[in-house]
Amino acid sequence: MTTSEYDSLRPPEPAGGRRRRDGRRRRRTGQAGADGSREMPMVPEAEFTSYYGRPVVKPAPWGHDIAAYLFLGGVAGGSALLAAGGQLTGQDTLRRNCRLAAISAVGVGAAALVHDLGRPERFLNMLRTIKLTSPMSVGSWILSAFSAGAGVAAAAEFDRMTGERLPLGPLRPVLHAVEGLAGLEAAAFAPPLAAYTAVLLADTATPTWNAARDELPFVFVSSASLAAAGLAMITTPVAETAPARKLAVLGVIGDLVATEVMRRRMDPVAAEPLHEGRSGALLRLSEALAVAGGIGTLLGGRRRGVAATAGLALVAASALTRLGIFEAGIHSAKDPRYTIEPQKRRLAARRAAGITDDSITTAG
Amino acid sequence: MPQLSGPTDPAADARWPDVKPRKGFFTDTSICIGCKACEVACKEWNHNPRDGDLELLGSSYDNTGALGASTWRHVAFIEQGRERIEQAQESGRALVDLGMPRVGAPKPAPKPADIPDTPEFRWLMSSDVCKHCTHAGCLDVCPTGALFRTEHGTVVVQADVCNGCGTCVAGCPFGVIERRRDGTAAPKTKDGEPKHGERKGEQPEVPNLGVAQKCTLCYDRLIDDQTPACAQTCPTTSIKYGDHADLVALARERVAELHNEGRTEARLYGANELDGVGGTGSVFLLLDEPEVYGLPPDPRVPTADLPRMYRLAGLAAGGMVAAAVLSFLGGRS
Repeated sequence: MTTSEYDSLRPPEPAGGRRRRDGRRRRRTGQAGADGSREMPMVPEAEFTSYYGRPVVKPAPWGHDIAAYLFLGGVAGGSALLAAGGQLTGQDTLRRNCRLAAISAVGVGAAALVHDLGRPERFLNMLRTIKLTSPMSVGSWILSAFSAGAGVAAAAEFDRMTGERLPLGPLRPVLHAVEGLAGLEAAAFAPPLAAYTAVLLADTATPTWNAARDELPFVFVSSASLAAAGLAMITTPVAETAPARKLAVLGVIGDLVATEVMRRRMDPVAAEPLHEGRSGALLRLSEALAVAGGIGTLLGGRRRGVAATAGLALVAASALTRLGIFEAGIHSAKDPRYTIEPQKRRLAARRAAGITDDSITTAG
Repeated sequence: MPQLSGPTDPAADARWPDVKPRKGFFTDTSICIGCKACEVACKEWNHNPRDGDLELLGSSYDNTGALGASTWRHVAFIEQGRERIEQAQESGRALVDLGMPRVGAPKPAPKPADIPDTPEFRWLMSSDVCKHCTHAGCLDVCPTGALFRTEHGTVVVQADVCNGCGTCVAGCPFGVIERRRDGTAAPKTKDGEPKHGERKGEQPEVPNLGVAQKCTLCYDRLIDDQTPACAQTCPTTSIKYGDHADLVALARERVAELHNEGRTEARLYGANELDGVGGTGSVFLLLDEPEVYGLPPDPRVPTADLPRMYRLAGLAAGGMVAAAVLSFLGGRS
């Protein structure tokens, strides 16, 4: 029975009645409803674990600029530590190369950060307040303090390399008097610079990042160490890279252990993006490169060519780690499953443990 | 540092010298008719630009999609058959049986004759909005101070301060706040000037591009003792505005009333100050599990764990220093 010409546009009533979990067929009276005689759902029935499969949380509106910054900030921090070590032990080439690496990495990284802002011209607003509850605020101050020291130390190196050609005038002796202190100041802010980005990611509602909050700082400082050490092995002759080689091996061990512990302790659903898809592939490749770079460093680190190749593998491993973790988080925010399933599970676990007073849903 | 979790008066916690009563919404979805007048009133009052491509989303009457930078009220539509309705009734009954907090002595179970017949079909309609959490993830992680706590206990963005870093977007456990981009899909002329025959769709200029935007609970109306636009326009009083304490009491009365009618599927969302965000300023009465409406079932403000995260990051940083020192010990081997 057709009552309107538009009834032909109505989707067909599902065959055999609507799906029922318990297998019973619904008792029907009269027409099925497809003729417009009564209301019927126009949307296919779904398992309502989510609202039309739409995300519950929003992913951070960050592009690969931020992934690049995670990597470059780590390289800068590790390099400043190595530069300070070179400074204190009189390894001048290591000190120089690592100072230049630190300022280059932090410079490009900061530029990437500013570029990613919705209003780049307002980047100085980051320093309008100091807010301890905001890892981004704390990190901006760490980055500024680090850049100040790293900048002065690198300027002194640059001045020396160019035969004192920087137009400094009477400030030249001042620069060379404070460069040591500046290098150590940068080194003091280097570990926080490498570690805070982990807190920045973890202190979000993004499921995979938040679930990794206990172990992510350890992954990030390890990754920073092996990347900076790898870069030093590329730039610096082997005579002065013994400390870098040790740091590289320690970094690889730390990276492998921390990543494995992280994956095991996380909620299994929230950990999925670390294993699967593009982000999982990036992280597997990163792990393989880290292992290869570590073994290369151990076996052939005293040979310039092998050291540089191993160093390249380590730098690439770190970049892939950051990119993989970045993408895993973004992916986890876009699929409601990663938000809803772990939350339902932890809520059920608390209820099973007798804690029934802290649910956001209440009967009254 | 302010209190990071647990019950508190947010305005007092933000050290306002003259704390006003906390304001909020109570959205009673059991009487929402899905007219979307709240969406329209919100857009008009706040000059929010159109977002999306005016496309049909294939999700019942919801073609808005989700809350976002330019959508501060969003009416969700869910179509359910008898089986889903029965499940909702069961999950609601389970909540009551858990001995969840409720006001007054439990009422006797309704006699079978009082229980309404389960309908063959129902529409759930719910007008979602920013929760104005007691512990707001967006506010906590904002580095510039652009997001602030008002004297009414609500959370508002200062568009002229925000630099669009986007941290708040990831920090919100409810996926409310968003960075506004020029999401208007209508093709524009290359130089932005309207020319005859080239400009499709008259589009006013989009304000506050590139900065985070969300519901302000009509802060500009509040300071003049006006009702927020959505609550003022709601024809069924599904959206109620007022003092938070009164609204929570009202919500508890309403859910008890529905339970007494045998509608065990009714439940409150956000009325518990012991939850992961310290209770929300916008309280909802839902007729099914929160995830059915696209709401998180157990949100937790990430900053609640921040002291622990800082401690562990400090430990990791110390480990990095130790590794560097270890590497330089033993000279140039």
